[in-house]
Amino acid sequence: MMPAIRRLSAKPWIWSYLGMTLVWLATTIHSGGTGGAQVLTAALSFATFTVIVGIGQMFVITTGPGNVDLSIPSTISLAGVVAMKVMEGSDDLLVVGLVIALACGLAVGIFNYLLIRILRIPPIIATLSSSFLVLSTAIAYGRGLKIKPPPLLADFTTAQVWGLPILALVVILFAMAMSVLLHRTLYGRSVMAIGQNMRAARLAGIRVERVRFLTYTLSAVLASLTGYLLAGFSGGASLNMGQEYLLASIAVVVIGGTSVAGGRANIPGIWGAAMFLFLLVTMLNTFGASAGIRLILTGVIIIAVITTAGGDEPQR
Amino acid sequence: MTESTRTIVALEKVAKHFGAVKALNGVDLRVEAGECLGLVGHNGAGKSTLMHVLAGTLTPSSGTMSVRGEDVTARYGVAGANAAGIRCVFQELSLCPNLTVAENARIFHPSLQGFGWKRRARALIGAKLDEIFPGHGISADDVVGDLSIGKRQMVEIARAFTISDAPLDLVILDEPTSSLDAFTARQLLDYVRKVVGGGMSCILITHLLREILDTSDRIVVMKDGAVVAAKKTEEFDRDSLVRAMGNVVEMTAIKVHEAHERQRGATPLVVEARSSDRDAVDLRAHRGEIIGLAGLAGHGQTAMLMKIFDAAGKHRGSTRVDGPVALVAGDRQTEGVFHLWSIAQNIGVRSLAGMRRHGLIDASAEAALGEEWKRRIGIKTPDMNNAILSLSGGNQQKALFARALASDAEIILMDDPMRGVDVGTKLEVYDLIRDEAEKGRTFLWYTTETDELKNCDHTYVFRDGVIVADIARADLSEEKILQCSFKESA
Amino acid sequence: MLTAVTSPKFLRAALPGASFAILLAAIFYVQPRAMSYFGLNLMLQYAVPIALATIAQMFIITVNDLDLSIGAFVGLTATIGATLVASTPLLGALALLAAIAAYGALGALVHWRNLPSIVVTLGMSFVWLGVAVLILPTPGGSAPGWVKAIMGLKTPWVPFPVVAALVIGIVVHVFLMMSSYGAVLRGAGGNPRAVSRAGWSLLKIKVIMYSAAGFFGVLSGLSLIGLTSAADAHIADRYTLYAIAGVILGGGEFVGGRVSPFGAVVGALTLTLTGSFLIFLKISPDWQIGAQGAVLIVVLALRALIKRREV
Repeated sequence: MMPAIRRLSAKPWIWSYLGMTLVWLATTIHSGGTGGAQVLTAALSFATFTVIVGIGQMFVITTGPGNVDLSIPSTISLAGVVAMKVMEGSDDLLVVGLVIALACGLAVGIFNYLLIRILRIPPIIATLSSSFLVLSTAIAYGRGLKIKPPPLLADFTTAQVWGLPILALVVILFAMAMSVLLHRTLYGRSVMAIGQNMRAARLAGIRVERVRFLTYTLSAVLASLTGYLLAGFSGGASLNMGQEYLLASIAVVVIGGTSVAGGRANIPGIWGAAMFLFLLVTMLNTFGASAGIRLILTGVIIIAVITTAGGDEPQR
Repeated sequence: MTESTRTIVALEKVAKHFGAVKALNGVDLRVEAGECLGLVGHNGAGKSTLMHVLAGTLTPSSGTMSVRGEDVTARYGVAGANAAGIRCVFQELSLCPNLTVAENARIFHPSLQGFGWKRRARALIGAKLDEIFPGHGISADDVVGDLSIGKRQMVEIARAFTISDAPLDLVILDEPTSSLDAFTARQLLDYVRKVVGGGMSCILITHLLREILDTSDRIVVMKDGAVVAAKKTEEFDRDSLVRAMGNVVEMTAIKVHEAHERQRGATPLVVEARSSDRDAVDLRAHRGEIIGLAGLAGHGQTAMLMKIFDAAGKHRGSTRVDGPVALVAGDRQTEGVFHLWSIAQNIGVRSLAGMRRHGLIDASAEAALGEEWKRRIGIKTPDMNNAILSLSGGNQQKALFARALASDAEIILMDDPMRGVDVGTKLEVYDLIRDEAEKGRTFLWYTTETDELKNCDHTYVFRDGVIVADIARADLSEEKILQCSFKESA
Repeated sequence: MLTAVTSPKFLRAALPGASFAILLAAIFYVQPRAMSYFGLNLMLQYAVPIALATIAQMFIITVNDLDLSIGAFVGLTATIGATLVASTPLLGALALLAAIAAYGALGALVHWRNLPSIVVTLGMSFVWLGVAVLILPTPGGSAPGWVKAIMGLKTPWVPFPVVAALVIGIVVHVFLMMSSYGAVLRGAGGNPRAVSRAGWSLLKIKVIMYSAAGFFGVLSGLSLIGLTSAADAHIADRYTLYAIAGVILGGGEFVGGRVSPFGAVVGALTLTLTGSFLIFLKISPDWQIGAQGAVLIVVLALRALIKRREV
């Protein structure tokens, strides 16, 4: 029994699940044991979107210190707005909308990488400046936009079987596939190698620049996918729909046990962290805490996690 | 003056261990007031470690240290060194590149503050630059990062000699002339003679034996973390100094494989790097050869290896490389190991492409590769899934060798990989390298240890970024390499 | 002479000022009426809080960190300014001091645990926002009269924002670029090991730099409500991005302690002008932040070009 506990506590993702469980229990007990299942369903639904962008952000952060994608929120908005406008609420154009949304992401990713590579500017600044442009494009393109998503998309993103959101199930499968990508493919291994030591990775024959290109593109494409799905889920696209995902995408990566120093990544933890963040807000709501308290606690928890987990990593 | 006040600093039986590596192995050293002490030795002889101990940046593992007869072993440190008037010009520049020359002087002189500090800082560093390097062409308001590397070194040196409120009795100069041209180097050495004449002391470390012989009063020769000779400079000449630096530990265990001796060109040419310099020798390696790259550290050997690494499988300009290349890094921590990974993963990383089945990496193939190389290269660990950092330095290096040898590479580049590796490990790896060469792999081997060159079919000696000599194994000797490396420009 | 003017070093130093001058010239060309006391005042009034936030960010960047919470922090100090400072000045002053102290503590935490500043400040942005929402749940409050009076000053000849920007630049220049301890502070960004080896405390340096950032964040928040009169927790959310962009536009390097207070102020002015320029060009305000991004990219591209020539 004891060794099992010790082995589990060595897993970095265990804490996010532990936190998630505790918060959920507290909520359920407070509300007298009712509504626990509904809360979980809601958490699964909302966490789905954070998980998709979180995975993209995780790959970026894993390529080492200084790598972070700040253009995720504006990419979400752009993809959502463009997809809604292209589809104009018609089920027939569902696939076309998806393809165009993903193409937006692809374009942003390529642009980000070109800025990093050609201008040799730090990724934070590169993705920051491109996010300005992307957001402006979204604003200009989608002003006064009030287009409902195609009914099929709205149904798909909100459908449930036995209380489980279908989209969440799909994304769980997707996360598993991403886990395989991370641990079992040349690309995933290369990402982790680069994150530990870029120079050693190059000398070990890894094609560093290609891997970085793929990583920034993957992150942007996943953000655009989120924009597409989120617009369907929330009944249309809005210009600030991506806003909260800047902080959320980084937060779930950190809380989920991925090393901010790079080289060590963790996909199950992202699910745990995304659920935890949503359930935390729910718990504070049930306790009657105000929006201010919710925000403060979220921030304090992120800092507490990074202080306990990230401190002893070598930060180069 | 009594004996104890004449002695600025004295070390007794000082040892410094980094894990299993003994960088200093019981060193006795004494610096008298008003003398210039020359310190020579090969790379890894322990000179730099010794200097860091004197500068207070490293604490010795054992032994005693006294300043002017007073035992300071327990409380010595950077502040202690400063208070004792001991300063050090390190090889790695310790200037802030974003600050001006005057501002950099301020960092080291807490007394430079208050109104008009910048004017005083300018005057302080400017006067010292004028004194040491007349006609230096550096303004105290120049930003250090904009200066050439040579000028930066001049600022670094001048700053070490500036005096404000702390005393200054001993300046340690670690390879001070490495980026200086002959003229400024002369200026510096003349200045050193001048201050030594004035009662200050200097420790001069340089690979340029001529500078040592011309400048110092006494020469201390280090080898393998110990002092092997300490005599007045007059008692040395170039040749005797070279001999003193040479090997004491006999490496008789290296059996020369006569059978391996072969005619050059019997196998096809696989690596060629032509030089644009007409006087320089071109580098050529044929299949199955072990080629040594020798010369003083930092004279272009690593740059040559990187050029070949980047040209793998291509014919690019003057460089031609036929076949896949793998590299064994010398600086394990910054260029070699992936510190979060297991031993098996560290070995497998260069061969992942070949381990894929349906696009996915076959974990069992990776484990099998690890086990195979654990056996073949003798990595001492209970479990190849242990973290790479659980291994000793020598075994980590073996894992890096295994990474290269397990790959599909036909050409293996080695960037001084045996630094800080114990003799036993070295001998095992030498055998493996020769076996692999027999099987048709080509090795390009940069090493700072002359003994290792005995494994090589041919040795190219580098000086100032180009190859100046091509020595066949039969003609190889330590003296010959040193003579080529030190050949004066005259 | 010509070689001196075309030298990469000179070009690099001249880039921020040149970008600003070109933009200003373009504005005057498109809209000659802007070339007046009133026109400049109008175009540049928001440059003051942005410049102060940029200076705050610059302190953090000097020691190789990055602050993703400065926008939220400015929002917090704005709400404190529009509520506590206006109603109970003593309590308000204490609250602002506590906020600065919290910033200093953040610097200590980042140094002590060797944490990545972007994650820590990201977390702090939640905290600042949360506190601001607690203080002022809905937009409102009112700025103290003296703050409004300062921001509405009618300076002779030169419009107030220009004077204020100049004063900010001079004060910070004296503190960071001219004082003897300022050299140590910047040195800690250029070569922390050398500075610590020379006997300076890196912890103290980080605390000072973060506290200075907090101080200028407070000034930014107060000056902002001096213009808007009322406050809102989200009033300065975009300032995080503006501040980073301002430092970079002003010639600051991302790492290595190479920063310039005057440059940062000019960068903030340039960023502010971009918006006005678009309005004069009758381009929809939708493109405002896009244009700011484009200006950032163009300047960075120019800098990359200059850098390439340097090597």
